[in-house]
Amino acid sequence: MARIVGGLTTSHIPAVGNAIAKQLFDDPYWKPFFDGYPKARTWLDAVKPDVAIVIYNDHGLNFFLDKMPTFAVGAAFEYKNDDEGWGIPMLPPFKGDPKLSWHVIDSLVRDEFDICSCQEMTVDHGFTVPMQLLWPDYAASGIRTIPISINTVQHPIPSPARCYKFGRALGRAVESYPEDVKVVIVGTGGLSHQLDGKRAGFINKEFDLMCMDKIVGEPETLAKLSPLELVREAGAQGAEFILWLAMRGALTGKVRKLHSNYHIPISNTGAGMLVLENAA
Amino acid sequence: MSTEAITEEIPGTIIFDGRQAMKGYALNKMCYSFNRAENREAFRRDEEAFMEKFGLNEQQKEAIRRRNVLDLIDTGGNIYYLAKFAGIFGLNVQDVGAQQTGMTVEAFKEMLRKQGE
Repeated sequence: MARIVGGLTTSHIPAVGNAIAKQLFDDPYWKPFFDGYPKARTWLDAVKPDVAIVIYNDHGLNFFLDKMPTFAVGAAFEYKNDDEGWGIPMLPPFKGDPKLSWHVIDSLVRDEFDICSCQEMTVDHGFTVPMQLLWPDYAASGIRTIPISINTVQHPIPSPARCYKFGRALGRAVESYPEDVKVVIVGTGGLSHQLDGKRAGFINKEFDLMCMDKIVGEPETLAKLSPLELVREAGAQGAEFILWLAMRGALTGKVRKLHSNYHIPISNTGAGMLVLENAA
Repeated sequence: MSTEAITEEIPGTIIFDGRQAMKGYALNKMCYSFNRAENREAFRRDEEAFMEKFGLNEQQKEAIRRRNVLDLIDTGGNIYYLAKFAGIFGLNVQDVGAQQTGMTVEAFKEMLRKQGE
């Protein structure tokens, strides 16, 4: 049977894509951020997951406002990156696992999550930056991926409680897959940041650290926040924290924090990373 | 579809809801088109013709002409699509943040840094 071996969270700030391309790992601005990731990669090297299910939000590459799915699940053989318009380098495609995708889609819909299935799906920085951070040589590593996009672009966005429940359903879906595959769930985005309006530049360290703490052992507390409370506390784009909650919902075993990192600022953001083990 | 505004006030924040999405549809559609290099080039060549093609209203056109991010948001722009517009001029999210808050870019960056202390 398939097994969810753990969950990871990481911010997916686009500037990180440029910093990776320029190899700024030891640059004083970037070092406190990049220094968090070797521990995550060491853990991944030891655990050797076969599949990464990456929960992210599309920022206007694959989806536009003409059709805006709340939950969209990739079901492709591969996922291409493409030009996002402002100069982040384009990356080679990511390998899919359509068989597991369709199992997940069947199970989610049976579980009353009426998702949008996508046999073609371009993936933007929300997906590619976490993949680059966690699997720098992803093409050679053989890791297969399933992107899941949750709408954070246009309100109403799904509530933290709904995303947490979606994660629970995702966990049930994966664990009912008959093949012996090891899966990690990656929750991306956040933490606090706001790009738009007169409050641009807003970061909330106290709230971020509270979220990083409580998501380990008391995720239900965070799931009680309303979308607007999340916007108020984490910033307009910090509402991406719902993606972390979806990840956390999928971990139904004994969850233990192995590593964490937090740094302000990366670009306009409080950047957070967590490695969570999900023991049977 | 709800056309009522989300009324709870968060200072300095416009919630991008159905109302804003309707208001800003043409503007956002134009900015979404900037994912493609040929559209960025077409805009550079003739801004007015490009805006006309997408059917921007006069307030949106004026905000584009003035490169005024707060006005673009007020007229229904969504920051993720507007970022693609800003990218045409090589502006990043600190540049955009500085403009919206009336700071220099250096002061804005320092404000970000201080929040980590």
